[in-house]
Amino acid sequence: MTADSFVQTSGATTKVGTNRDALTGPNGPRPKRISPARIGIYAFLIIVAIFFCVPLYVMLVTSFKSMPEVREAHLFNLPREWTIDPWIKAWSTACTGRDCTGLAPGFWNSVKITVPAVFISIIVSQLNGYALTFWRYKGAEVLFNFLVFGAFVPYQVLVYPIIIGLRDVHLFATLPGIIIVHTIFGMPILTLLFRNYYSSIPIEIFKAARIDGAGFWQTFFRVMLPLSVPITTVAVILQVTGIWNDFIFALVFAGQSNIPMTLQLNNIVKTTFGTVEYDVNMAATILTALVPLIIYFVSGKWFVRGIAAGAVKG
Amino acid sequence: MANIAAAPATAAVAGPSGPRRRFQFQAIIATLPMIIIGFMVFFVAILFTIYWSFTNSGMFPGWGWVGLKQYEILWNTNNWQIAVSNIWLFAIFSLIINFTVGFLIAVAMDQNIRQESLFRSIFLYPFAMSLYVTGLAWQWILDPNLGLQNAVQNWGFTNFRFAPLGDPGQAMIGLILGGCWQGAGVTMAVLLAGIRGVDQEIWKASKIDGIPTWKTYLFIVVPMMRGAVATALVLQVTGIIRTFDLVVSMTGGGPGIATWMPAMYVINAIQSKLNVGQGSAAATMMLAPIALLLIIRAVVSWRNERRAGMNVT
Repeated sequence: MTADSFVQTSGATTKVGTNRDALTGPNGPRPKRISPARIGIYAFLIIVAIFFCVPLYVMLVTSFKSMPEVREAHLFNLPREWTIDPWIKAWSTACTGRDCTGLAPGFWNSVKITVPAVFISIIVSQLNGYALTFWRYKGAEVLFNFLVFGAFVPYQVLVYPIIIGLRDVHLFATLPGIIIVHTIFGMPILTLLFRNYYSSIPIEIFKAARIDGAGFWQTFFRVMLPLSVPITTVAVILQVTGIWNDFIFALVFAGQSNIPMTLQLNNIVKTTFGTVEYDVNMAATILTALVPLIIYFVSGKWFVRGIAAGAVKG
Repeated sequence: MANIAAAPATAAVAGPSGPRRRFQFQAIIATLPMIIIGFMVFFVAILFTIYWSFTNSGMFPGWGWVGLKQYEILWNTNNWQIAVSNIWLFAIFSLIINFTVGFLIAVAMDQNIRQESLFRSIFLYPFAMSLYVTGLAWQWILDPNLGLQNAVQNWGFTNFRFAPLGDPGQAMIGLILGGCWQGAGVTMAVLLAGIRGVDQEIWKASKIDGIPTWKTYLFIVVPMMRGAVATALVLQVTGIIRTFDLVVSMTGGGPGIATWMPAMYVINAIQSKLNVGQGSAAATMMLAPIALLLIIRAVVSWRNERRAGMNVT
């Protein structure tokens, strides 16, 4: 598959390829058969794996308990009586400070933010990567380096200037505003991703398109876009999870009418009338994490590639 | 990328090449968003923040130059001092734990394990969840009244004590635990890729020489995967400095102000205290370690490239 080669990038610095060998082919010494050492290895892996599973397990069992049962403080026990009331409440009636609408509006706001932001950031980055690979103009590299620098900058450094900028064009605390912010912060890593990918495409393909008379846009839409389906899949996964999970940009830029799911979760969890409803909170937490989790488990290896690709930015 | 900070030097070389010039105007049009964002946001906006940190900006950015006064105030503020010592604590322990655990898992995963992809799914799924969700999960597990502590006590270990989040002196332990749970898998994935990037011949050679496996890993493979280690390090350090969601959801900065972090200080200064000067000064301080790291990395890769004969990109 073509995606395998996208990380053979310019640097002699990293060998962190996502080429197929690196992902699938173990290269430790050949195992002999069952030996104490191998039992030890499996024991270690299983113990660590259990540790990694515990939080999800605890959240799940808590979310199916009723509050009296939660108060018995048997954190790890399965529910005696299973109930889905906490889930229903978390989705549709849990209260934030002002009203009791549950997570549902947040979910739809997240969709409204995520879909356009993913689409715009990816198409823009594809164009960047394409132009940077095949049509380098004077100064392009400098701009690209500024952009890549942006992948490392702590967001807080940029928050206030962006607030001012968006306020000037009356987009602060609006839906287009938050979409722009996500596009800005998605661009560095995505541009890098696409540039690296296009660099791995044999230059002959590009030359052939040029000889056939294709111009800048034709080459892009007819040749390069169809070729970049695998890397685009990786980019979509990366962006959907990233934007869905965002908290800080939503907090600063989304405004009251576009509160996404993570922020709605925050408002629900931090609002307490008397007792804290841990079962509802946990159901709400899982619901919020559900979209990225489903993407993760469905996409499997693609997700890992996204991480590896993201990692290569170093 | 190897050439991040080497920008000005490479730019002159990367000019256009003859007949394509006609289409380069279109390339400029197509990359206009990059031009605007790359320059305006990631360059000009940063300069603005740095500039405001030297002004007496209050609710709105002002232009009254006050020199280093904001920094003086900053470093004399209790919240900031705590935030800085917390981030050091968080960074050092997170790095040690993530690298140790990540490397051990990576090595174990490299032993022709059955069900490797199942294990990998398990180690990586926390990364698919947001830090905010991670914080809530661990807050619940570490709940001082209904969490882990009481569950274990209910099993009969009545002396068991582990509820760090309620104790200002220990709350950071909880944050480190949550952070590492979320991030160790990624470190593992990057290091594993690094281990597998090492040439098979190395393994054969060390086999022939009779070097024990663990020694091969530690003294031969690790030095050869410097790239992967550097990558994992940069990834983690940028993540650590940004730490915000985790704290907000897990401790809210408390108990008291025991778990404040620099990122919180900035957002608080801008959003609640409406003090742009302070926020900018704190944000500029957060930028410093990243800038330092990037410069070091640029110098290292520049030296490597020179050694490799200057034929890179």
